[in-house]
Amino acid sequence: MFTKILIANRGEIACRVIKTARAMGILTVAVYSDADKNAMHVQMADEAVYLGGSPSRESYLLSQKVIDAALLTGAQAIHPGYGFLSENSEFCRLCEQNNIVFIGPPIGAIEAMGSKSAAKNIMQQANVPLVPGYHGDDQSMAVIKQAADDMGYPVLLKATAGGGGKGMRQVWSEKEFKSEFEAVKREALSSFGDDRMLVEKYLTQPRHVEIQVFCDNHGNAVYLFERDCSVQRRHQKVIEEAPAFNMSPELRAKMGESAIKSAQAIGYQGAGTVEFLLDIDGSFYFMEMNTRLQVEHPVTEMITGQDLVEWQLRVAANETLPKTQQELSIQGHAFEARIYAEDPDNDFLPATGHLQFLQAPAESKHVRVDTGVRQGDDVSVFYDPMIAKLIVWDENREKALQRLTKALMEYRIQGVTTNIDFLHNLASCEAFKNEDIDTGFIEKNHDEIFSANTSKSSTNKQTITNQIAMAAFALVLQQANKANALAAKSSDVNSPWHNNNAWRLNQDNLHTLTLSHDGVEYQVNLEQHTNAKHSYTITTSSKSLESNVYSFEGEGELVDNTLNCFIDGLRSNTTVVFTEQQVCLYTKQGVFNITQVLADMGDSTDDATVGGLTAPMNGTMVSVLVNAGDKVEKDQALMIMEAMKMEHVIKAPSNGVVTGLFYKNGDMVDGGSELLTFEVADVVITEKEQKVES
Amino acid sequence: MAKIISKLNPRSADFIENAQHMQTQVDDLKAKLEKIKLGGGERSRERHLSRGKLLPRDRVDQLLDKGSPFLELSQLAAYEVYKDDVPAAGIITGIGRVGGQECVIVANDATVKGGTYYPLTVKKHLRAQTIALENNLPCIYLVDSGGANLPNQDDVFPDKEHFGRIFFNQATMSAQNIPQIAVVMGSCTAGGAYVPAMADESIIVKEQGTIFLAGPPLVKAATGEVVTAEELGGADVHCRTSGVSDHLAQNDNHALEIARSAVGNLNRVKPVQLNIKEVIAPDYSGEELYGVIPKDPRKPFDIKEVIARVVDGSEFDEFKALYGSTLVCGFAHIYGYPVGIVANNGILFGESAEKGAHFVELCAQRKIPLVFLQNITGFMVGKQYEAGGIAKHGAKMVTAVACAKVPKFTILVGGSYGAGNYGMCGRAFDPRFLFMWPNARISVMGGEQAAGVLAQVTRDQKEKRGESWSEQDEADFKQPIIDTYEHQGHPYYASGRLWDDGIIDPADTRQVLGLAISASLNKTIEDTKFGIFRM
Repeated sequence: MFTKILIANRGEIACRVIKTARAMGILTVAVYSDADKNAMHVQMADEAVYLGGSPSRESYLLSQKVIDAALLTGAQAIHPGYGFLSENSEFCRLCEQNNIVFIGPPIGAIEAMGSKSAAKNIMQQANVPLVPGYHGDDQSMAVIKQAADDMGYPVLLKATAGGGGKGMRQVWSEKEFKSEFEAVKREALSSFGDDRMLVEKYLTQPRHVEIQVFCDNHGNAVYLFERDCSVQRRHQKVIEEAPAFNMSPELRAKMGESAIKSAQAIGYQGAGTVEFLLDIDGSFYFMEMNTRLQVEHPVTEMITGQDLVEWQLRVAANETLPKTQQELSIQGHAFEARIYAEDPDNDFLPATGHLQFLQAPAESKHVRVDTGVRQGDDVSVFYDPMIAKLIVWDENREKALQRLTKALMEYRIQGVTTNIDFLHNLASCEAFKNEDIDTGFIEKNHDEIFSANTSKSSTNKQTITNQIAMAAFALVLQQANKANALAAKSSDVNSPWHNNNAWRLNQDNLHTLTLSHDGVEYQVNLEQHTNAKHSYTITTSSKSLESNVYSFEGEGELVDNTLNCFIDGLRSNTTVVFTEQQVCLYTKQGVFNITQVLADMGDSTDDATVGGLTAPMNGTMVSVLVNAGDKVEKDQALMIMEAMKMEHVIKAPSNGVVTGLFYKNGDMVDGGSELLTFEVADVVITEKEQKVES
Repeated sequence: MAKIISKLNPRSADFIENAQHMQTQVDDLKAKLEKIKLGGGERSRERHLSRGKLLPRDRVDQLLDKGSPFLELSQLAAYEVYKDDVPAAGIITGIGRVGGQECVIVANDATVKGGTYYPLTVKKHLRAQTIALENNLPCIYLVDSGGANLPNQDDVFPDKEHFGRIFFNQATMSAQNIPQIAVVMGSCTAGGAYVPAMADESIIVKEQGTIFLAGPPLVKAATGEVVTAEELGGADVHCRTSGVSDHLAQNDNHALEIARSAVGNLNRVKPVQLNIKEVIAPDYSGEELYGVIPKDPRKPFDIKEVIARVVDGSEFDEFKALYGSTLVCGFAHIYGYPVGIVANNGILFGESAEKGAHFVELCAQRKIPLVFLQNITGFMVGKQYEAGGIAKHGAKMVTAVACAKVPKFTILVGGSYGAGNYGMCGRAFDPRFLFMWPNARISVMGGEQAAGVLAQVTRDQKEKRGESWSEQDEADFKQPIIDTYEHQGHPYYASGRLWDDGIIDPADTRQVLGLAISASLNKTIEDTKFGIFRM
């Protein structure tokens, strides 16, 4: 076995590999970029080597630098993780040349599976089932129809040059064939000027089911059963599970053996995944083979009790597979949900930001969290915005699903937009519970998954008012904690002036706050009782709601981020996260974001005669439209920045003169950085100048 | 330390009756203040708000550290003094925290007679400044006033303790590095213009604040020049052109935020010179004080029952317990601060006065703050006592109290009559703060005694003239005197005229003392030099 390995990756997978290596007594070397200098994987590893700049092409994708790092630290093997260099045969070759073991398949296998069409040819020869279809040059209707008749209806007629849904028709029976054929031909000709077409079997409710295989260097191969990854959005897996539901032992064995056949067809070694489309009638077709450890491997680990990274290391070290097929069995059911920094309500645009608060559900034999970030870390623009993988396990699917929804409720992140609510809605969806799942799941259940957010706001008034009271309570207790902390540092340490009791002579001791939720403002008064330390009467009222005064008796304390309180005798432990103006409550009823309305300080910008303009977020400067010294008019575009695949135009706040520029096209810009200096001036732009500008 | 064990039974009929009686008085006080708190009438409040201004109490809340206490002063000032209703004398004063620093806040209430200064407005403003001076507390003035109340100019303008003294104090406090910060949130006319002009730092609210020596009407009358208030003395003029103000604020909230920053830049360190202990709540609740005070003011009560409900852990190390026992002296802690307590348990005799002088000397030497709990009908009278030198013994106590440089705090928990008031650190003896309970009474002597003295004099004259005076006639003669004394000795009358710093709920005594002592520690405790003690 190796004594030291290098992990040519970052984030959760690097941490995942380090964990197993450490358990096996193997030293680990991490590599890092500028952005990852203080990252979790760097701190976890025994050693870490700097690669280069933050963009992965300047660091994690630089094969030679990674090899140099391994040579420098004396690592005998490199684990590539997934992504980056994991399926790069050139890198594999470089390892070989430097006498470093590549923990993965042989070069040949990677190359064989690198091209999808080549892979299909190999599989066809190995008798692995492929989606039936006709891609031939003979375009006569008779030939194409014959092919359709042979594969059985429904079929899909596609223009070879097609795309975007155009020139594509489903044919449900032999009778319809002629008319549909002609329609597609016409459409193809008019749309693409090319009427060639192909026909493929149309799978009405295909599922994405993949088989985990493992081969050693001694001719042994096993399959570690299947994973169902049908729930996808734009080919991105969202929730994976193992075993697949509705799977007979016979089908499982058939698919497993087929997968082993695929692997053996290319002389595979190590961990691999064979992806199949599974039709409703139980027929399955080869899609592709991934020659690496998959993101979703933990669900397989949970149901088999095996550590796949350990298997990888053993195989790479020339050992035989730890188990035979007969020794492997399935116990219970597991799910994995991928927690991403992204905005599901905005077309899943990746999000970046600072993980101001991060609280994962407690880990146990039922709950596992694979992550590469900690509270206080940043999710940067440079890499995949995955925050963590939440994996749950229980005896059966129903119980495991319950664990999943509960754990998602307990996953608390502030500072970055995440898909947690979306995942929770998805996992709570009836169709998901009922195993009514195929690759079109998200589109089919779109309303339920995306409208669940709005159903929250229809929670009754009493509940909302309760949350408002709780938020106000939390804010006042936070203020008290801050006051105590200051008191401790004071020379007059016990002074009653430190008390956060809003004490007033001969009047009620009132804390007053204005909070808002869902566009409704609430006036909240907390009357502090003098006899008990943290006991209050909380009254909330709202101008815009009728019959709107609620009164609560509250008592409790705030310890770190947990509000332990009694409100009208109801005890609860609520995680509370404070951001600049917001209080986020993670309650049993869901997540509530409540905004504190602060005193209006007016707008001082009018008075500024000189000012700068700052970047609205992290991004890239796409275009600088002005030069220093240019006179500009109010709202004139000055710069265009791109962030999150969206363009943002920086406009002049008023008439004036651009006095200085700090960025040029292509520069990376941090959110909040000053972009240019600007002087307000009454500018009359002459026609001549305007012409020059245009 | 020794604990005071209460001898009272809170379930006894007397206790319950006493408590109910005190409750009635406290409720009456709070009901009056509830109305005073509103300031001017509803219409003037609405007009004030419609201009985008905050009400004065909201200004104070916004200025202070969120959630921190505010020790308001002289809440009943001008109560039933003038024929006009002038709630709180049209000015809110008090001590509050800004950025962790205790400050004196003085806020005009423009909803009350345009914030103009009545004689008691001036007195209240000056009292707040005196508190700032004595306790070394920065001053923040939230100015929104039309200046002197013209119909009352003779009682506002000319004398030493009149309007001019405000500016004298600003200058002399500034000289002692007691920062003066002014926030101009409304008009600041004539003499009032000197509040921001004399301030160390001043802030003015755009389109609200104006500062000028003479307003547009006076300017027109004097020179014929026609000018708007904003052009004459608005924020723009004073921040850009005249330099009378230093910071331009967008609105009230913004101005108060700037004031908070200004305090943040003061660089002050509180010179705490006391050996501070952990705070322990008294063994008996402060609420129980209601039951301690007899319904009938002529009935005596044990002052130790009061002390037990005010000091930390009800712990009290009594000094000279067996000597001159009508004056209780001893050491205790309030909010962890060591204090020397001087409290009445009956009439003052020569020994009690000597003991008091001795104890005050101890505290002055050790720099321990003094708390006086007054319930005193006076010094003992009679041949035996005069011959025993009660006057010189009393003088010793008065001298000691007058000269002691430690912070002194006085609470009137019962009667405060005659020279007893002096020996027990009455208003004339510069206690840092003086508060009254709602049941307290203050006058040169009791109404009964005064009526008795006057009746005796009248009877003597009548008898000299050979006239007779029936019992009934004498009773009719005495009653109005008793009534007048009762009226003028009442805390509302006293507080309305600023003979005190406010009336407090007995249950708040510990809290108020704690805040007051802590505020007083901003000033270094000086060495005491005593006058001649007549031996």
